[in-house]
Amino acid sequence: MSTTIDAKIRIQLENFSITDEIEAMKKVSRNIGGITTFLGTGREISKGQNISELNFEHYPKMAEKKLEEIREKSIKDFGIIDMSIIHRIGHIDIGENIVLIVAAGEHRGETFKACEWAIAELKRTTPIWKRETTSTGEVWVQDTP
Amino acid sequence: MITIKYFASLKSIAEKEEDSLDIENPISIDQLSDIISKTAPKMGAVIREKKVMISVNQEMASADTIIRDGDEVAFLPPFSGGSI
Repeated sequence: MSTTIDAKIRIQLENFSITDEIEAMKKVSRNIGGITTFLGTGREISKGQNISELNFEHYPKMAEKKLEEIREKSIKDFGIIDMSIIHRIGHIDIGENIVLIVAAGEHRGETFKACEWAIAELKRTTPIWKRETTSTGEVWVQDTP
Repeated sequence: MITIKYFASLKSIAEKEEDSLDIENPISIDQLSDIISKTAPKMGAVIREKKVMISVNQEMASADTIIRDGDEVAFLPPFSGGSI
């Protein structure tokens, strides 16, 4: 796990600052004219049940490798300038930050498309798992709504 | 020796997070599944019902992927990272 803000791919226990991540991205190139972000946060209700906490687990090395592949493909296929992806693991309370994707490009169009694709691809291909704690117990979530 | 890893919901089914296995010759994922089925029938059933994905050395694998001495095999339940 890396905690330096310069790293574009990070899986970490600690929270992140959206402002700091955007400012770090802006330093990548003076050609950046648009930045799209996606922030995923802990939701209280899932399938009609109240969730008291979330826990995320990942497969070290493979998860980072998949996120790097998503970043590289986003840059190549959508023509954006750069992308950062940060995903938290461990215990997460309701309302806390979980995942942040920052897509930067010369124009807004490609950054919206890259950001949308990247979060969908993350959920589809990256070995990260979510465990929800409800009043009836703990359950590993096995679908990606 | 190969290393076998179980993640998320599979840890309670396999009743372990990690295992190791001595193999004399390279074997396929299919053959490894047979070995696991004998020692851990519940885990074997989950593998047979294709409810898991399998990786070898952090790359996605299929039933005929060959495992060699020193490899790391992981059994991966459906992913649920991100949010929303």
